[in-house]
Amino acid sequence: MIHRIEVVDKKNVKKIFVYTIDKNLNSKQLKKIAEALTNPIIQFFSINKAWSPKKFAYAIEVGFLPGVTDNIASTTKEIIEDLLKIKFSQNEGVYTSQIIFFQKKISQGLINPLIQRAHFKSRHQFNKDKGMDKITPKVSLKIRPKTDLVNLNVPDEELIKIGKWGIKNSDGSRRGPLALDLIYMKTIQKYFQKLRRNPTDIELESIAQTWSEHCKHTIFNDPIDDIKDGLFKTYIKRATEKIIKEKKEKFCFSVFHDNSGAIEFDKDYLITHKIETHNSPSALDPYGGAITGIVGVNRDTIGFGLGAKPVVNCYGFCLASPKIKTNLYRDSSLTQKMLSPKRIMEGVIAGVNSGGNCSGIPTPQGFLYFDDKYQGKPLVFVGTVGLIPKKIGTRSSYLKKAQPGDFIVMVGGRVGLDGIHGATFSSEALDSGSPATAVQIGDPITQKKFSDAIVKEARDMNLYHSITDNGAGGLSCSVAEMARESGGCEIYLEKVPLKYPGLAPWQIWVSESQERMTLAVPKNNWKKFSSLMNQRGVEATIIGKFNDSGKCLVKYHQQTVVDIDMKFLHDGLPTRPMKTKKIQTEQRKTPQEKNLSDLNICGFEFISQQYDHEIQGSSVIKPLQGRGRVNGETTVIKPVLNSNKGIVLSQGLYPDLTEVDPYYIAGCSIDTAIRNVVAAGGTIEKIALLDNFCWCSSNEPERLYQLKEAAKACYDYAVAYDTPYISGKDSMFNDFKGYDEKGNPVKISVPPTLLISSIGIIDDILKTVSIDVKFPGDLVYLLGGTDNNWQEINPLKNKKNYQLFHQLVENGLIASSISVTRGGLAVALEKMAISGMLGVEVDLKNLDLFLEVQGRILLTINPRNKNKLEEIIKNSSYLLIGKVTDKDKIIIKKNRETIVNLSLERALKSYQSTFNNY
Amino acid sequence: MIKPKAIVFSGYGLNCEEETKYAFELAGSQADIVHINDLIAGYYNIDNYQILAIPGGFAYGDDTGSGNAYALKMKNHLWEKILNFIKKDVLIIGICNGFQVLVNLGLLPALNKAYGKREVALDHNSLPRYNVRWVDLEMKNNSPWLRGIKNISLPIAHGEGKFTTSVKTLKKLKERKLICAQFVKGDIYQYQHLPANPNGAMENIAGITDETKRILGIMPHPERAIFFHQQPNFPYLKERYLRGSQSIPRFGPGLKIFQNSVNYFNSL
Repeated sequence: MIHRIEVVDKKNVKKIFVYTIDKNLNSKQLKKIAEALTNPIIQFFSINKAWSPKKFAYAIEVGFLPGVTDNIASTTKEIIEDLLKIKFSQNEGVYTSQIIFFQKKISQGLINPLIQRAHFKSRHQFNKDKGMDKITPKVSLKIRPKTDLVNLNVPDEELIKIGKWGIKNSDGSRRGPLALDLIYMKTIQKYFQKLRRNPTDIELESIAQTWSEHCKHTIFNDPIDDIKDGLFKTYIKRATEKIIKEKKEKFCFSVFHDNSGAIEFDKDYLITHKIETHNSPSALDPYGGAITGIVGVNRDTIGFGLGAKPVVNCYGFCLASPKIKTNLYRDSSLTQKMLSPKRIMEGVIAGVNSGGNCSGIPTPQGFLYFDDKYQGKPLVFVGTVGLIPKKIGTRSSYLKKAQPGDFIVMVGGRVGLDGIHGATFSSEALDSGSPATAVQIGDPITQKKFSDAIVKEARDMNLYHSITDNGAGGLSCSVAEMARESGGCEIYLEKVPLKYPGLAPWQIWVSESQERMTLAVPKNNWKKFSSLMNQRGVEATIIGKFNDSGKCLVKYHQQTVVDIDMKFLHDGLPTRPMKTKKIQTEQRKTPQEKNLSDLNICGFEFISQQYDHEIQGSSVIKPLQGRGRVNGETTVIKPVLNSNKGIVLSQGLYPDLTEVDPYYIAGCSIDTAIRNVVAAGGTIEKIALLDNFCWCSSNEPERLYQLKEAAKACYDYAVAYDTPYISGKDSMFNDFKGYDEKGNPVKISVPPTLLISSIGIIDDILKTVSIDVKFPGDLVYLLGGTDNNWQEINPLKNKKNYQLFHQLVENGLIASSISVTRGGLAVALEKMAISGMLGVEVDLKNLDLFLEVQGRILLTINPRNKNKLEEIIKNSSYLLIGKVTDKDKIIIKKNRETIVNLSLERALKSYQSTFNNY
Repeated sequence: MIKPKAIVFSGYGLNCEEETKYAFELAGSQADIVHINDLIAGYYNIDNYQILAIPGGFAYGDDTGSGNAYALKMKNHLWEKILNFIKKDVLIIGICNGFQVLVNLGLLPALNKAYGKREVALDHNSLPRYNVRWVDLEMKNNSPWLRGIKNISLPIAHGEGKFTTSVKTLKKLKERKLICAQFVKGDIYQYQHLPANPNGAMENIAGITDETKRILGIMPHPERAIFFHQQPNFPYLKERYLRGSQSIPRFGPGLKIFQNSVNYFNSL
């Protein structure tokens, strides 16, 4: 029996919430449920009787498609079970939807057809039918849950098709991209020829996941030109190794090999950091893409070492201007419309809001960057900083090893069709064949429950040997990865808890259903572990055993469906040497004057105010600074309640100029990321970096040339500044291939984007510095970059200045400071002034107002400290340029000629105007 | 000096339990974080505590209304124990999500001690979006939690905090002086110039107590304001203190609320 409980807001009767309950219940039970779901002060309910407002012309009911995560429905089911002491069977369920009543018929834009369904009725129809239809979006799978063999003894053309479009179903349709090119397919063909058999579908899928660009980063690892070891080893890893070797004190504890990188926080703790991207999913469903991105990178923290506690989230959105009105389509018949830039922007912002806030992790640090080349694929950066004690009992927390005999335990959410082919899909350009099952919605509370149970309890009880998260490739990647620690594994797929019946073995194995961890639990600890998880409302299931057989063996109801050598699975992929082609770089154009209202300069308070940055009681330098509430580029947090040590976070990126000079731009990004930390009070001696390359068309030699140049700069500047990389990620195919409004094919590639994130450790958070000018009469100085040289960076000179600046900080001499970045000196001075809501009057002599010269920090001091300051920086390049005033004016002169004369009020208005209506 | 014992609830998405526990400890209390399921299972007994705190968070992801599902869980499993507990001379605080739980549970305002009856709601903010910022409050009630506090600035972080009730109930709340915290223009307003009332709450109400004044519910988070450096204007204040040759304070305004709870048991 299907029941509908409608809950109506007394103040907004045009939008009602519907609980559809598919279960036999009597009227007394239904009333009890309805009362539990309704707040009588502001709502009323109606049971099995359609409610409608007096005036309306149309009704539309919006709900989820079958299989899409419906968190409210899950909670409601739990409430009903607890309230009535009854259980739902697998065929019974709860589904939520909303009915919206309109006066006019609305056409489009209300729903995202990839995840939602909508049903329209006119008033007449609504009344005739006595309401909307009773729909239960149950998943019913028609496929038989079995394993097929894939014939690989076929011509190369067919191999190419299998690799590109997927395994053929019996009806001729394809299962979705494997992203295996011919070289890979031939290698797999040869492997199975040697075994004298064809692979099963699940074996082929499994190899595809493990070998995907997303998981193996072949473009960064394979030989390129004469660089035999590939870009990662040669430029990124080697820089870190060199710095570690030369650093006196041990600073890096875990680099590159774990889910996050880790540095020392103090004698008791390590700090981890990881920045991920979730670009492809966010293009299709921005909300779902962003929430699963942020909640996913949280798992890179929980899955670090023996489990770190997430303490800060970071975000960065590279988007097209929300003002763009032109449409793009994924198909030539113009039926699959891409979401508008505005919708994508709102969606990704809301996704991180929900993921970060619900998980109880502060999200202070972030940026927005706009360029219309992001219209086809937005870049969604999400990151998480974690905290972990160095020692768990007697064990080093950053080391882990699954042992033969350990149970393979899956913890958290259940497995469904969601996110199948996420890893292989994101390794390709976005086009009309991109699978809708790649879209997922997050469930942060399920994750919060196991995160707390693991990181705050099971870890410290020493109940498991190893842990990793289920991300790209699902179990196929997480289990295979951990099996390397023990030397093999055996899985019983039928034990994996499913969201609904009917999944084929390969689907269970590669599904990327969210909010799951895989752990290695020794047999002796299982009882304790399982009862703890049970007590915390967390599902934990033994799905197999680790061993040292050298094999990855997967069984489904006793039948062997995967039997591959671990060595082939992990190291069998052939290298694909790449060639680059130098491109003539255009002449660099002098940067234009930028206004405070520019998309890439202006404030985004509406985001800072909706992302909780106060939770955990750790905020020090908040995202909005001073009286004018200006977005700083750096935030500071204090992650341990009883310690005054802090973490300083920032980033640098300059995608606008990568096409012109990727080497220089990488240098700018690194210098900026470091300088931003220094300007807030950090020390260059304790800064680590993270690299995120989001490139485009990385099969083109010209793009590879740019990549190589940028990677080279990553080595040179990191070594020069002594700042190691501890973690990184790349995403190489951020291209959109589709059609414009006239049906003409278009390809839109993102500007090659290198994001350098920085994390610094400071001893005393009370010594940090904010950007707001504080007292009239204070002197304004420029430290570093006292010439107009914007074509080059001098890391040695800059480093010296950063060290001197830190001495000033240590001596408590600095009242305010800002790192000069986008928009040059004019924008930096204006931001300082409106942040403190005090005037400034400066003369920049011969310096250009708008050039973006690296290495510059602006600072203000109490005039009484003038001599002390100048004594410390006497041998460096600096200029005393003016003072803070009590007037309502920002006055910037050049050799006594006034160039900028702006009232504070106007400047602030301009800064806040761009996103006024968001 | 007596060290009262505080129990801080956790589980199902509550997420401010660690800093709340720390605030109680800093104020001189002993505090335990207890998962609601451990209380239900009988591993802990609330009768061993003098202070009960339901901290902030996102219990059940706010599904079916903030605080609702967690309140139902408490009602289904712990109701008798809680009714017994509040009869004693104990203190209870619900912060943000905890406040939402207490009103759904009907422990606040519990007019005429009708515990269990929902009489007020914390509805979606007028601008229906999560909002994180500092606010100024005027405290107007002689609750032991608020002794000696008249004006205070604290951070808020919520999507559902708009205090809403019927005209009749509002009248009673006023008559019985149960409205204990109201949004006003104060120091933070002078600094940042954001609207005083952040969520559209009726009569600017940010917190209420029950008739015994021992049960307090507030939307702002005092546990996030126990240190000087947590205040948004601390860099400015620091510079002002330095120039006036004054020492920089260590603690922030929120600590007093926790200290009051400890002092209550010492002044009996």
